[in-house]
Amino acid sequence: MLLNKRLKQSLLTLGLSFTMIGSAYAADDTIKVGVLHSLSGTMAISETTLKDTMLMLIDEQNKKGGVLGKKLEAVVVDPASNWPLFAEKARDLIEKDKVAVTFGCWTSVSRKSVLPVFEEKNSLLFYPVQYEGEESSKNVFYTGAAPNQQAIPAVDYLMKDLEVKRWVLAGTDYVYPRTTNKILEAYLKAKGVDEKDIMINYTPFGHSDWQSIVADIKKFGSEGKKTAVVSTINGDANVPFYKELGNQGITAETIPVVAFSVGEEELSGIDTKPLVGHLAAWNYFMSVDTTANKEFITKWHEFIKSDKRVTNDPMEAHYLGFNLWVKAVEKAGTTETDKVEQAMIGLEFPNLTGGTAKVLPNHHLTKPVLIGEIQENGQFEVVSKTPEIAGDAWSDFLPDSKPLVADWTGKETDGKPCGNYNTETKKCSGQKYE
Amino acid sequence: MLAKSRARIGVALILLFFSIAAVWAETDPTWNQASSLFKQASFDKTREAADLLAASSDPQAPLALKALLEGQLYQHKQNDSLAVLADGNSLDASTGQALSALNKDDYRKIPINNTLRKYLRSKLGGLSLSSSDPKVRLASTIGLLETVTPEQLPQLQDLLSKETDSQVKDALYLAIQLASLNSSDKASKLSALNALEGNLNPIVRNKLTILSSDADSEIAKAAQTTLRSIENKVALNGQLETLFFGLSLGSVLVLAAIGLAITFGVMGVINMAHGELIMLGAYTTYFIQKLMPNYLDYSLFLAIPAAFVVSGLMGILIERSVIRHLYGRPLETLLATFGISLILQQLVRTVVSPQNVPVSNPSWMSGSLEINSVLSLTYNRLYILAFSLLVFAILYFVLRNTNLGLQVRAVSQNRAMARAMGVRSARVDALTFGLGSGIAGVAGVALSQLTNVGPNLGQSYIIDSFMVVVFGGVGNLWGTLVAGLSLGVINKFLEPWAGAVLAKILVLVFIILFIQKRPRGLFPQKGRAAGD
Repeated sequence: MLLNKRLKQSLLTLGLSFTMIGSAYAADDTIKVGVLHSLSGTMAISETTLKDTMLMLIDEQNKKGGVLGKKLEAVVVDPASNWPLFAEKARDLIEKDKVAVTFGCWTSVSRKSVLPVFEEKNSLLFYPVQYEGEESSKNVFYTGAAPNQQAIPAVDYLMKDLEVKRWVLAGTDYVYPRTTNKILEAYLKAKGVDEKDIMINYTPFGHSDWQSIVADIKKFGSEGKKTAVVSTINGDANVPFYKELGNQGITAETIPVVAFSVGEEELSGIDTKPLVGHLAAWNYFMSVDTTANKEFITKWHEFIKSDKRVTNDPMEAHYLGFNLWVKAVEKAGTTETDKVEQAMIGLEFPNLTGGTAKVLPNHHLTKPVLIGEIQENGQFEVVSKTPEIAGDAWSDFLPDSKPLVADWTGKETDGKPCGNYNTETKKCSGQKYE
Repeated sequence: MLAKSRARIGVALILLFFSIAAVWAETDPTWNQASSLFKQASFDKTREAADLLAASSDPQAPLALKALLEGQLYQHKQNDSLAVLADGNSLDASTGQALSALNKDDYRKIPINNTLRKYLRSKLGGLSLSSSDPKVRLASTIGLLETVTPEQLPQLQDLLSKETDSQVKDALYLAIQLASLNSSDKASKLSALNALEGNLNPIVRNKLTILSSDADSEIAKAAQTTLRSIENKVALNGQLETLFFGLSLGSVLVLAAIGLAITFGVMGVINMAHGELIMLGAYTTYFIQKLMPNYLDYSLFLAIPAAFVVSGLMGILIERSVIRHLYGRPLETLLATFGISLILQQLVRTVVSPQNVPVSNPSWMSGSLEINSVLSLTYNRLYILAFSLLVFAILYFVLRNTNLGLQVRAVSQNRAMARAMGVRSARVDALTFGLGSGIAGVAGVALSQLTNVGPNLGQSYIIDSFMVVVFGGVGNLWGTLVAGLSLGVINKFLEPWAGAVLAKILVLVFIILFIQKRPRGLFPQKGRAAGD
């Protein structure tokens, strides 16, 4: 009898679960969202967190009832830190899974690799990481910082508040640091900094012998003018770099280092003692004291089931990008790329640091710039905050890109939407979409 | 019962008294003004508040400033009172009373930045020039150097006459000279310029650079002469520094390569998993530090033998299970050991973590040995240089003067003859490979102090290790030592003008050319040992 009851019960459950699976399969009324982040390989450390962030955001939206009355469904793929594979996986997402939108990529190479796919298939990509600029595609929304939303305000802060007169631009040898440093060098020169007060240095990925470079920086900094290091050093090469600074007696008070690639995630799990007092520039810090941020952190900790995990800038970028996309889809009443793309422009959403992110016609966002000092606990103490700055796709400090503007509403580009309109020759060139 | 309630009343009265005292202290205008300035949460206002506190005669004021500098000064969100919240004990800043049962969330930390930190340090410096601790006196005098004014001269001279500590004396003397340089009196300026000859302090150099274009030609000239003498000294020190950097980079190369010099050089096994044996040593350090978190300063002494054993056993395991079957087939050995290296890497990724693990430096390895203001040698590099020489010496001794060493050399020179003489060549092979691997593990301990410990640690050193062994001459320990050190020095002398990336390429090009000319390296083996 008892057995019978159990059997009935389990049969019932089984049946129930079948119907549930059935309904999930039958659901053509879900909207698919692609998540294109490396879950293995060298970039997995950073990108896995973003995949989890997306799952959390989608989950939360579904609890609120989804979008346009339909549930969202995440399609997660693993491009394995392999740049050509990014393009293949992106094609799969669009062609096979028929995703309405994709959130993904971290490095600039991966973005450049998928760009032709998104343009060819006319699908949308939200890119959440700070990058070197010099790009604006109809199919990409850049929710991270452009150089004028991170590098240039950081330099301004050093110049005005710390009265820095001499500059060391140190970076890892690849495209992002090289372009950023080119822009910064032009910017510093425009501000009247002499050529001999700028020192530029590149090191290979994973460089570990920093003795001579740090000694050079020390020498460069001991010539009477306040010196700072602007660091685009990437990845784990930072640890021996800061260690060597500490050992050679350079503190944040004598020569501060402002970094663009060191955030909460990178600081968690390393010995932060040699880094205390050095600076980083981001658009978001976990330590920012607002109710929106507190809620976000609580939700994150609940979702990831650990209150030790940190939040960081690219996570906020995904938070903004996702919520803006939801708003745009609801405004457009459809997930069709062209309509959503036009609906996006001009939308606003409150960011986590007490301001508002607005989508600009060039597919970038307005973002405040925060400068933080590294604390012993791996968090940042905000020492300076700017109002929201409009992201500039084409830097005004590089001669080639100075005359270029991007406007996907066509207002500034002679009526035709264009991502690289030359205001001098009055022509739109280069990219596939005009 | 009655007694208990009386005691309670007594406690309540005492508490009341204290809170009245606290309120009374709060009304001291300095504290009130300071806290209202702090409340505005701008760095300029914080600086004003710090000025107020520094000017006040309240004995609590310097303590509050110190707390502010260390980021321990907090302000209550509602009643604006200031508190010093350190680990474990919390004080009211204005009274010094202990605060109990407070909620940290009610307080807001008063933020400071680097500019303010520097300013506070100089403020506190002025306050502690007459401290009883010579270290504090030295630090505050040095903090003063940059901003010293002629008005401070009498005070400084007074301090100098009382000073007993020679280091503080030197610093005070320098401060006096710098103050005189800032004065308007020409004679004292000139005498200060004379006195500063050969001084390497960068503040002096900067001051002189400014003075060397002084309107007064006599002063400008004197400044230029002094500056030139200083510049020469600086340049010489710079060369010494580069030499040290080169030797230290070289010592790392020697450490990484010396185990390989045995397995590859003596045994002729191309061991691509050598880097991973180094990595295992580094991870051993990490685990030892995790096991004894309270004895970090001594952890390395335990890590060295532990890493030797771990990597050595792993080496013996690899030799017995794989390499033993592949003697005389270099290509297969290369592929097999490459496979082993991938397996070991993935093992660490899966078992430990794909991320780098934090290995901390013991306190005696941080900081630097200051020889003068422009030349300082970092302790970690110094120790590693000495350590690599020690490892070399021990290994050399083992190969020269022990029974095992004799057998190893016998087998490597003529296996058949050695066996005929009764040497158990299989056992010797295993032990030799274990020895080389163990040394790789020891190198891992040293590297964990310099670079990131992660699954990829070994990969970044394997190429360099082979480079050193081939350049030095296969089968020769001296060759490895000389090759490692000289490659380090060449690299570091190239780096200033070629950049880190190009310097490395140039060194590789140099080795390729060198090997073309002398295929057997720096110290080729001669005679029968050379084989063919």
